[in-house]
Amino acid sequence: MSIRISQIDKTYGKTRALEPIDLDIHDGELIGLLGPSGSGKTTLLRIVAGLEQADGGSIHFGERDVTHVHVRDRRIGFVFQHYALFRHMSVFDNVAFGLTAMPRSQRPSTGEIRTRVMQLLEMVRLQDFAERFPAQLSGGQQQRVSLARALALKPDVLLLDEPFGALDAKVRQELRRWLRHLHEELNFTSLFVTHDQEEALELSDRVVVMSNGRVEQIATPDTLYRQPANRFVFEFLGDVNRLEGDIENQVLTCGNARVAVPGVENGRRELLLRPHEVRLDEQPSARAHLPVSVTAVVPVGAEVRIELEADWLGEPWLATISHADFERLAITRGKRLFAQPSRLHRFDTPRPQTLAPLSVS
Amino acid sequence: MIAQALTRRRERRVLPGFGLSLGISLTFVSLVLLLPLTSLVGQLSQLSWSQYWFLITDPRLLASYTVTLLAAAVAALSNAVFGLLMAWVLVRYEFPGKRLVDALMDLPFALPTAVAGITLATLYSSNGWIGRLLEPLGISVSYTWVGIALAMAFTSIPFVVRTVQPVLEDLPAEVDEAAMTLGASDGLAFRRVILPYLWPALVTGTGLAFVRSLGEFGAVIFIAGGKPYETEITSLMIFVKLQEYDYAGASAVASIVLATSLALLLAINLWQGRFIKRLHGGRG
Amino acid sequence: MIRIGDAPRVRRLLIGVALALTVLFLLLPLVAIFAQALMSGIDVYWQNLSNAYTLSAIGLTLLVAVITVPVNLVFGVFLAWLVTRFEFPGRRLLQTLIDIPFAVSPVVAGLVYLLLYGRNGWLGGWLDAHDIQIMFAWPGIVLVTLFVTCPFVARELIPLMQAQGSREEEAAVTLGASGWTIFRRVTLPNIRHALLYGVILTNARAVGEFGAVSVVAGAIRGETNTLPLQVEQLYQDYNTVGAFTSASLLALLALLTLAAKAALEWRAARRETAT
Repeated sequence: MSIRISQIDKTYGKTRALEPIDLDIHDGELIGLLGPSGSGKTTLLRIVAGLEQADGGSIHFGERDVTHVHVRDRRIGFVFQHYALFRHMSVFDNVAFGLTAMPRSQRPSTGEIRTRVMQLLEMVRLQDFAERFPAQLSGGQQQRVSLARALALKPDVLLLDEPFGALDAKVRQELRRWLRHLHEELNFTSLFVTHDQEEALELSDRVVVMSNGRVEQIATPDTLYRQPANRFVFEFLGDVNRLEGDIENQVLTCGNARVAVPGVENGRRELLLRPHEVRLDEQPSARAHLPVSVTAVVPVGAEVRIELEADWLGEPWLATISHADFERLAITRGKRLFAQPSRLHRFDTPRPQTLAPLSVS
Repeated sequence: MIAQALTRRRERRVLPGFGLSLGISLTFVSLVLLLPLTSLVGQLSQLSWSQYWFLITDPRLLASYTVTLLAAAVAALSNAVFGLLMAWVLVRYEFPGKRLVDALMDLPFALPTAVAGITLATLYSSNGWIGRLLEPLGISVSYTWVGIALAMAFTSIPFVVRTVQPVLEDLPAEVDEAAMTLGASDGLAFRRVILPYLWPALVTGTGLAFVRSLGEFGAVIFIAGGKPYETEITSLMIFVKLQEYDYAGASAVASIVLATSLALLLAINLWQGRFIKRLHGGRG
Repeated sequence: MIRIGDAPRVRRLLIGVALALTVLFLLLPLVAIFAQALMSGIDVYWQNLSNAYTLSAIGLTLLVAVITVPVNLVFGVFLAWLVTRFEFPGRRLLQTLIDIPFAVSPVVAGLVYLLLYGRNGWLGGWLDAHDIQIMFAWPGIVLVTLFVTCPFVARELIPLMQAQGSREEEAAVTLGASGWTIFRRVTLPNIRHALLYGVILTNARAVGEFGAVSVVAGAIRGETNTLPLQVEQLYQDYNTVGAFTSASLLALLALLTLAAKAALEWRAARRETAT
């Protein structure tokens, strides 16, 4: 079922939680709402669920206008960050709750409920835990029960509020993969909130990046990363190095550092680059003379993270380089090197610009 | 050996004051609590079983057990309903005068029972503010078990409110929300989801109100009137026997009252412990 | 936020019923006390108040409170320190024992003291021989009041001190502080409100105790009457105005108690939201 959100806004006292927001979600899409805390993502999700009332605007599920429909009649499934299982009910009773809460005329028979609940428990691979109480399950298992419970009524849309936020990294990874499979299998329309960029990029068909109650960008994960709509999106989606200096004749100077910036007008400007867009060398190049010294070395996974400092830098830079480069340059703490930007991004123009490729070897 | 064990013990204790606080606490508990209670045992030990049995099964006394238990049960159950309502309203809603109402809930604990007693007796007497309105309807409260239950209910109001209130305050909003997203109506969600959360507190509060009502004296005697076989509560029977210098009889009745109260208190504690264990991960 | 029972119809109904019941069962009795006391006018009220019997009852009531409150304060603090800061065999038993006065009917409390100190009691003979009068005199009243009110301070402190744990005190020990210094400068600031609350409750009960006191007082008018006893006596003598005059004093004290409690809770809540 598609969801159409138009001109939804919300104010708490004097705080503007949501600027008027428009968002169209297609049938079967998995959408991630990404943003820092206080960005309004949870408020938006709760308004879609009917747990909060918007000040204005409308929400349609398919052709059905649900703007003023009570949460209990919206036919949504909702998964809470802290699971919100009923602790005095067994796993079975938790999952069966929605079915047994139906008015007598529509309620399935006890046998049908039993079959349906066991099916759901099988789907979340908890069929052996039906008689357990929530307190006897791990966090990951509880969240799976919560999902089965939300799906029991075959909701039009599934809404998840930071569903993996309370779990540790490994379980989170596992559940994410599992949710994606489930989504591919059942193809429900779903909207989830997260503050974790990786989670949003991995799970979503499209990501809605929000800040301060506004939508900053709606795009596929790939577009989002490669073509951020603005500086906020760029900064929020990963680590960022800053370079600020005076530009004259297409050369940026900052203390004893300088770098060629073809096509950039004169004046004081700030340019940004990602850690993987920093190369390191023992010699400066014709385009860039950026002396730095290594202050920390962290080998993690496929790459090595290097922290760099220099007196022309306000805050340290981060560079990620390959293990091969790391060995070739024999990097140790205190070593002096030259940084070589492969790309530079600027966000002070109406449309973001990327200067690339910059390096000549 | 023992001295050694004690020193070893003391070495493990980081904080000072163990000896002093143990000494003071034990002395106080022995002198103020245990010594007087043993005197009751002493008094009873002078009775033979048959004498004891005769004393505690006096028909007038049996009638007092009935009226006390009945009135206390009615009082406790009324308070369960009233307390649940008040706790709900005070936690969930905002309304003018809420803080005043909240503060008033403690009045029965702050107001001396004798004051409560004469006030209720006056209000519900046939020419009192309320009694006057009830009389034409054929309802009499004074000098009946209804009056006894009313007085007991008054003095035990805070128990249910104050045990349920904090639990309701701590109930996360998600519990409500989960029930609503699953389509439950207000009534169903309250009955099947919220009430089970409040149940341990509700039962504990009601149980405490019952225990308190069984022993209530000052608030009850004025409105009860003390008609033998009808409106005599058990506490009053002890009092009457004492005034007749019947110490043995008074002690025998007191032992029944004391044993009942302690057994109930113990039962409440045990039940509560078991319930809580289940919710926090014991094997169901 | 939308929660269960938020529908205006449900809300209005429940608030309405709750308010009506509160007015009927709590506010009305409170108003009645003062109305009855002032029924014959303010002059009679003052006459009743300044009556020698009333004044002596006020005096005895104050005496009882002045003795029992500090004693139970000290006992409560030591007991709470003992059961929350140390592990020892019998700790649970001690905590259970302290609840007995809550469960026991006050008449039973009076009875056991009478059995102990009365003329035929265990200590009665010895006391008689040395011409010491405890029962039917003020020392007896003080003793039963001690019994009845002994759980209040400890009951307020124990859950709080348990929740706070002893880490701060242990830190103070490592810094070389003595026991008294630790208590005064580390523990006391943390338990101040609960302690005050316990004292308020102890005081309210000490002043208002009726059942236990009436067993041991013997009621010699003007000598061993506390205010609650006087209330009863005047009421039985069909002196309603007089009874309610003394009752109004106790009711005023109850209102003060409620106000103090509300103020403490309000301050605690404000401190919580401030952090």
